[in-house]
Amino acid sequence: MRLTLGPVLYNWEPSVWRDYHYRIADEAPVDAVCIGEVVCSKRLPFFQDMIPEVAERLARAGKEVVLSSLALVTLERERKQTASLAREADHLVEVNDISALVHLAGRPHAIGPYVNVYNEATLKWLAGNGACRVCLPPELPAASIRVLAESCPGVDIEVWSFGRAPLAISARCYHARLHKLSKDNCQFVCGKDPDGLATDTLDGQKFLTVNGVQTLSSTYVNLIGSIPDLQAMGVSSCRISPQTCDMVAVTKVFRDVADGVIRPEQGREALASICDGVSFSNGFFKGQAGMLFQPGIANGASGAGMTGV
Amino acid sequence: MELICPAGTPASLRAAVDAGADAVYCGFRNETNARNFPGLNFSPEELAEGVAYAHRSGAKVLVAINTFPRAGAVDLWHRAVDDAVAAGADALILCDVGLMGYAAENHPGTRLHVSVQAAAANPDAIDFYVQRFNAKRVVLPRVLSVPEIAAITRATACEVEVFVFGGLCVMAEGRCSLSSYATGLSPNMNGVCSPASHVTYEEEGGAIVSRLGGMTINRFGKGEAAAYPTLCKGRFKAGLSSGYIFEDPVSLDAATLLPGLRDAGVTALKIEGRQRSRAYIENVVRSFREALTALDRGRSIPAGMLQQMSEGQSNTLGAYRKTWR
Repeated sequence: MRLTLGPVLYNWEPSVWRDYHYRIADEAPVDAVCIGEVVCSKRLPFFQDMIPEVAERLARAGKEVVLSSLALVTLERERKQTASLAREADHLVEVNDISALVHLAGRPHAIGPYVNVYNEATLKWLAGNGACRVCLPPELPAASIRVLAESCPGVDIEVWSFGRAPLAISARCYHARLHKLSKDNCQFVCGKDPDGLATDTLDGQKFLTVNGVQTLSSTYVNLIGSIPDLQAMGVSSCRISPQTCDMVAVTKVFRDVADGVIRPEQGREALASICDGVSFSNGFFKGQAGMLFQPGIANGASGAGMTGV
Repeated sequence: MELICPAGTPASLRAAVDAGADAVYCGFRNETNARNFPGLNFSPEELAEGVAYAHRSGAKVLVAINTFPRAGAVDLWHRAVDDAVAAGADALILCDVGLMGYAAENHPGTRLHVSVQAAAANPDAIDFYVQRFNAKRVVLPRVLSVPEIAAITRATACEVEVFVFGGLCVMAEGRCSLSSYATGLSPNMNGVCSPASHVTYEEEGGAIVSRLGGMTINRFGKGEAAAYPTLCKGRFKAGLSSGYIFEDPVSLDAATLLPGLRDAGVTALKIEGRQRSRAYIENVVRSFREALTALDRGRSIPAGMLQQMSEGQSNTLGAYRKTWR
C-alpha cells in the first residue's frame, strides 16, 4: 500500500509551507507528495518560486513529486496557468478540473479527487485518455471503490484516508464574506486559519470548516481501521491530506499499519493522540452520512455519532 | 434567446408549453436525475406523451440524466439514455463522462447538452466536451459573472445556457458533498440535496429549530417563517460571526440582466424549479415570455412584471455580479 501526501489545501505562510515539505522529504515514509495550489489562485504567487526547490528536495529524498492543478478554473489567468502546467510540467500532473485534459494531449497524468469518477465506465474512459492514477472523490462508499479498483487493473486507485474531506468549492470566498470583504479585496484573511475556520451550528455542534472558497468537513476522515479492507480491494494508495498536526507522525502510523507492524486499532489510538481534540469520521467509506464514525466491522452498529475515536 | 422551463410532472410540462416555453426539461422517476423526489418525474410512457404534446406546439423536450452513474449499476443510466431517445427527446442533458461516451457512441444523432452538474466553467472545459462528445450546448455553473459569460461565448462555438430564475446553488454544482456529509445522500449519487427524509422541525423554547441529519441548520423566532433546511442556506457560527455564513435564503432572479445576457451571446435562459407547482411554473414562464417579447421589441421590461415573478421572496443576482464573490 503506497502513501500519497496530498497538496496543502490551506493558506500557510510560505516559509511554513516550505519547511513542512523539507521535513516531509527528510522524515516521512511516503511514496508520493502532491504540491500546488488547488483552492485559490490568489495564493499561488506567494509560494510559487519555492516550488522548484521543494520539488527537487522531495525527489532527492526518493519521493515522487506530483503537481496538483487548481480545482475550480474560471478566470482567464487560471485557465492559462492550468494549460501551461498541463503542457510543460516535468512531473506527473494531477488534474483537478476537467479543463486541464484538453492540454495534456494523451500524456500520462493523474486525476484528482475533485474530478467526478463515480463508476467504472468513466474510469475506463479517463484511463483510455491517459489517466494512470485516480484519487477518488471522498464521498464514494466502499462498495463503489471495490468495483472501481477491480475494473481497471492498470490504473492506480487512491482513496482519501486522512484529513478534512473537501465538501464543496465556490466562486464566493466565505472567509472574505465573514470579514465583510469580497474575493477581490480579501486581504488574504484565510491565512489566519492554517487548519481552516471552524463553522459550527447555532447549537454549538461541530459541523463544517471554511477555507476561503472551499468548504470542508469538521472531522478528519480517518480510514486507518479500514486499511486491511483497502488492501484487499486492490486500492493502490492512501491519500493523506495535510492538517496542522504532526504529519510525519501521521504518515508513520499509516506506514506501520499498512506494513502490518502495528494493528489498525493501535494505529487509531496513535492518531487520536497525534490529533488531540479532533473528531474522526469514516461515514462516506461506510456508505453512511460522511460525518459519522463507525468503529470496526461485524455487527454494523453505528458508532458514537460524529464524535469519538 | 430560448426559454427553457422545468417540467416536474406531465401536468407541469403541459402548463409550461402552453405558457410559452421554447423547451422543457424533465427527468425519469429514479436516481438518474438530480431532482429525484417523491411525486416527481416521468415514466418512459409519460415522457413519450409529453414529447408528442410539446412537439405539437413547436416546443422541444430535453431529458436530464444528470447524476453520476453508480459503480456496478451503470446499466440503469444506459437504459435511461436509451428510453429518452426512444421517446423522441430532442436532447440529453448529461454530466458523467462515461455516460456521455455511451450516448455519443450509441446515439450520435441525439443532441448532447452538458449539464450544470458537469462544472464546465471555462472555455477549455467546454471544448473538452465539444471535442470528445460532440456536445452542442453547455449549461453554465452559477459561478460566473456576466462579463465572464460573454468571454466564454466569444471563445467557444458551443451554445450557452444560463439559469435566470429559481433556487440557487452557491457551491459549484456537481462538486458538492455537503448533503451527503450530513445525511449520506447527495445530488451526485442519489439526485437529492438536503432530503426531507432527514429533516426535522422541533419547537424549543418558543423557537422552531430545523435540523438535517441531526445537525441544527436554523432557528426561527416568533413571526419568522421556518424555511426548509437546505444545508448551505442555514445559519451557522464561525469565528465571532453568526448568521448566513454561505448564503442568505434568497432565490436567483436575473430578469434585470436579460439585455446583458443577450449581449453576452447567451443562447438560452433556464428557469429552475422542477419541484414547483404547476401554477408557479405557469406564472414564471408567462412572465419571462412577456419579458423576452418586450426585449425583442426593444422595450424595457415593465417593473410590475418583475415583482410578480419575485413573489415577495428575497432575490439575488448571484454570481452574475462579481461583487457576490
